[in-house]
Amino acid sequence: MTLYALCFSLFLVGLYGLLTKRDLIKIILSSGIMGYACNLMLVLFGYRNGGIYPILEKGRDAAPMVDPLPQALVLTSIVIELGVTALLAALAIRLFQKYGSYDITKIRRLSG
Amino acid sequence: MILPYFIVIPLLSAFLIPLISRRRDTGAVILSLAAAASLLVLAGFAFFGRGGETLVYRMSAWKLPIGIPLVLDAFSAFMLMMVGLIALTSLVFSVHYIRRLGQDWRYYALFMILVTGMNGVIITGDLFNLFVFMEIALFAALALVAFGGQAHEFEASFKYAVMASVSSSFILLGIAVIYGATSMLGLATIAQSLGHASPLLVLWTGGLFMAGFGVKAAAMPFHAWLPDAHSSAPSPISAMLSGVLIKTLGIYVLVRLFYNVFGAPPLFLGIFLGLGGVSILAGVILAVGQWDIKRLLAYHSISQIGYILLGIGLGTPLGMAGAVYHTVNHAVFKSLLFYNAGALETALGTRDLRQMGNAAKLLPVTSGTSMIASLSISGIPPFNGFFSKLMIIIAAVQAGQPVLALVAVVGSLLTLASFMKVQRYGLRGGRPVERLAGEVDGAMKAAMVILAVLCLATSLLVVPAVRKATLDPVVKVIMDKTHYALTVLGK
Amino acid sequence: MTNKTAGMTLIIKTVTRLLVGLILLYGIYIILHGHLSPGGGFGGGVVLALGLLAVLLAYGREETLKWLRLGLLKDVEQASPLIFLLVGLAGAVWGGAFLANILSKGKLFALLSSGLILPLNIVIGLKVGLSLFLVVLAMAEFDLDKGAEE
Repeated sequence: MTLYALCFSLFLVGLYGLLTKRDLIKIILSSGIMGYACNLMLVLFGYRNGGIYPILEKGRDAAPMVDPLPQALVLTSIVIELGVTALLAALAIRLFQKYGSYDITKIRRLSG
Repeated sequence: MILPYFIVIPLLSAFLIPLISRRRDTGAVILSLAAAASLLVLAGFAFFGRGGETLVYRMSAWKLPIGIPLVLDAFSAFMLMMVGLIALTSLVFSVHYIRRLGQDWRYYALFMILVTGMNGVIITGDLFNLFVFMEIALFAALALVAFGGQAHEFEASFKYAVMASVSSSFILLGIAVIYGATSMLGLATIAQSLGHASPLLVLWTGGLFMAGFGVKAAAMPFHAWLPDAHSSAPSPISAMLSGVLIKTLGIYVLVRLFYNVFGAPPLFLGIFLGLGGVSILAGVILAVGQWDIKRLLAYHSISQIGYILLGIGLGTPLGMAGAVYHTVNHAVFKSLLFYNAGALETALGTRDLRQMGNAAKLLPVTSGTSMIASLSISGIPPFNGFFSKLMIIIAAVQAGQPVLALVAVVGSLLTLASFMKVQRYGLRGGRPVERLAGEVDGAMKAAMVILAVLCLATSLLVVPAVRKATLDPVVKVIMDKTHYALTVLGK
Repeated sequence: MTNKTAGMTLIIKTVTRLLVGLILLYGIYIILHGHLSPGGGFGGGVVLALGLLAVLLAYGREETLKWLRLGLLKDVEQASPLIFLLVGLAGAVWGGAFLANILSKGKLFALLSSGLILPLNIVIGLKVGLSLFLVVLAMAEFDLDKGAEE
């Protein structure tokens, strides 16, 4: 139970960072932390008591295994977040070219 | 089976476009137009030629509940037709409009990926698959918003990206909680297991999904990304975003989840009503004071989404019919309004209403279709907006929510006021314009005329005979709630 | 910025030149054994990208572009999702549904087994690896000092 609570507090840490930090790069990192917290939660939900890793090997009998489906979901989710982070980083570079700073309070040409 | 072709056709064209566009860009244009046209034809066939039953296609030929099913029922087919229609007209509009930005083939490839993502969200029957397709559509939308290379476009795209990734994390958390509780990912199987789940679970995941998909649908208070993103994007992309993306990723998924999977718990319907009412008023009040024409249209999108949420939250068949009808109406007239804004921007060189003059004589097609679209969105008969808003208002009164009906009427009046301002300043007021800065091309005019004709044609959907063939099957599928699960699992 | 593309010191360049082959081999191993042990297309693709990125970081942008054949990499990267779709459609034509298994399942624990998973892993590995490398290469071509309005 404490593991789930820790995972959720990691999520909240990421959310806090996203909302309060002013530097573009820190915002990107915070969104990454939020994503990793969700992935951890998914893998945690796949745990079965006393299970071992879900791989069949030569010379070993099949034993109770942990659930492999969340691990596949997490793989996909990691790749998606990789794409989003790459996109955000490219946007941050272009923003620096145009506005001259990474500070989000200075990047405010749109208003209203 | 035709189901996987809705995903395969746009994806294949998106992958072929870079390969065939080494020398010139015309191959990309032809391929994407052909793909969009074939999607529209397929969607029409799927809606009218199914014979009223739900088609289920199992990917990789694996049996349920292990596999990923693709489900085609009346609601999905209806949304597919809408996406295909707006995609086709946006492509027709973009042929000339994008040429001045250069790098054509990248635009078309990204556009096709956007269509793939939306189609995938509509027809999938698996929760995580829905998440993946939603992210695909999001990438393409982000890249397209930033396509022009100007400073404010990057800023808008960054804000959109940050808000979208927050909402995606919420959705992923909701998926994790559902998986932990039910060990299932297919929408149909989740619907069945939730019958004996604790109400606390439904409350948790419902709240998470409401927050996550509410951001995608741009309901108040999650709307903050929409004005920037929709006003900075190129006009055909604004039309796609405002017309279909927020409907597909937001409204469609919300209805699927909260009606077909969760079984429409009253608490969440009440939240929909609240969000809808607030969106209607706040959106239109914020819109009235705008002078940038595309920002004004973006705020109106928030307001009209409020109408749809109001219809969904009422929970009655008439309210749901009004909501679905308003979805397609808004797609048609909002896209037309964005095309008009794009044409005005090309012709007059500015987006500020105070700097536009009287160009009605020089731009007959634009001003005529703009008048039609403004009357539609304000709810004036005989255009389509009147009928869908009337349905929602009557349904609100019938369901015992007279305050919300009043809110809807007030919102409609304020919409009328703000569009009269657009007409007066943008097209008919002030000093007459002598020369045009750019030319409105034949392709742009064609797209606008098609949608203007549809503004009139879709008002025919209220005629009872036509309604029975088009709207009623959709409403029936939604209001049947968890019967959806039995239909899918029975195959 | 001065001398940004000169790369790093001689020690790093030498070690990288010796190790690149091993890193790429390791990535290929993870991809090919995706159905037998953890890893598969995604993880192996990232290792491939890291191998190429090590060369980029150690030698600088201009020398790397002279050594790599960028056109070939871009072609492979654009062709691999097409191959994925075509394999899926082959499953639709001969197997009954999109991405259905049409190759034999083979013996347990052999390298050439588990039907369609092996070719799909290879395609995914190529695509992920090359995409990651090309994205970082594209970002490295931005000159941060150029700035101003375009």
